Amino acid sequence: MSLFSKQNKEVFTAPLGKNNPVTVQVLGICSALAVTAQLKPAIVMGLSVTIIVALSNLVISLLRKTIPNRVRIIIQLVVVAALVTIVSEVLKAFAYDVSVQLSVYIGLIITNCILMGRLEAFAMSNGPWESLLDGLGNGLGYAKILVIVAFIRELLGSGCLFGYQVIPQWCYNHGYLNNGLMLMPPMALIIVGCIIWWQRAHNKDLQEQ
Amino acid sequence: MNTNKNSYTFIYASIVVIIVAFLLAFVSSALHSRQQRNIDLDKMKQVLASLNVTGVKDAEATYKQYIVSEQLLAENGTVVTSTKPYQMGASGDNGCAFKCSTADILTQRPVYVASVDGQTKYVFPLYGNGLWGPIWGYVSLNADKQTVYGVYFSHDSETPGLGAEITNHEKFQLPFGGKHVMKDGRVALSVVKNGNVKDAEFEVNGLSGATFTSKGVSDMLQKDLQAYAAFLSAGTESNP
Repeated sequence: MSLFSKQNKEVFTAPLGKNNPVTVQVLGICSALAVTAQLKPAIVMGLSVTIIVALSNLVISLLRKTIPNRVRIIIQLVVVAALVTIVSEVLKAFAYDVSVQLSVYIGLIITNCILMGRLEAFAMSNGPWESLLDGLGNGLGYAKILVIVAFIRELLGSGCLFGYQVIPQWCYNHGYLNNGLMLMPPMALIIVGCIIWWQRAHNKDLQEQ
Repeated sequence: MNTNKNSYTFIYASIVVIIVAFLLAFVSSALHSRQQRNIDLDKMKQVLASLNVTGVKDAEATYKQYIVSEQLLAENGTVVTSTKPYQMGASGDNGCAFKCSTADILTQRPVYVASVDGQTKYVFPLYGNGLWGPIWGYVSLNADKQTVYGVYFSHDSETPGLGAEITNHEKFQLPFGGKHVMKDGRVALSVVKNGNVKDAEFEVNGLSGATFTSKGVSDMLQKDLQAYAAFLSAGTESNP
């Protein structure tokens, strides 16, 4: 089987669209609420999760035939926690500014349900290359939703994008107000809900009978 | 091989744990000195930021340029220890205030004495609790030990867009400049609910939507600066 066969492409692209981990599998919702008040942390979190899911998928897939069935969750957790810790230690030594930005999310990455979900559902029963693609696809699918939610929340909640003011001052002078509710976690859920609604309305496969 | 046997499970788990433990220990000890250096440099930048010196490239050189000495104070405000500004890798009693742990701020009273454009400034470290985790900062006072020259705040895990805005220089930190600290022997400098400033000499607007983080900053200022009450009330020293 070639590296970029149709099947492999499907493995990579499905999580970006009709099998999105956040909007279809409803995984990783907790961190989607926590880090989407601004665009920058959402992007950082999305990329970190992508890297960690891809790497841990790869490692677990390589080990999959040797892992004893009864302790597989523990082994998965050990691998994920070790990877996250090593990455964060390396960042602390060589890219301190990035690690300061990330410190809040380290814990959120380890406990992200997408990781365990992909390891259990995919990496335990597929080869390393497919698992790597699946990890990248799911990480990016997650990042995509985070960025959409963060874009809406930051724009309407504080009138900024990436911390820069984009809604001009004269709007405020004419009575426009930032929507403080947008900065609260419940609003992230409502936006995710709207995305799910939109996605289902446009995709017949996802509609239940 | 039967991977479901008890003995296999035990041996497998043990091996994995041992490998991971060695890996983590190795990474941690191999990178420790680099990390410590980064942490020290970052701390220098934070002290400098409270003196409104930002965008620093070479933190070590700039720190040496601005900071005159580091001191530990007694409760009555007299200087117990005074050392040269902290220098990385130097031995001896090096940077007494710089190496003072956050737990000892209230008892050891570290002060950084700085000189900005020929004027003496005093920098005090702060450490407290926000909503989700620790917050900390530095506040610099003019030579009169009364007027705030600049502040710097940072946090571990406050909510982005809300509590995390205490790091926002224009929005939150700039208004501290020019405020006064002590009133009748008590620290009166405080953060109040946004829009509720009654006494503009001492009060700063909090962040709306981040009531607990704002209160954390206020409590941190009051608690930590109160430890320096005697020093702050002593007035200007001609020879710092």
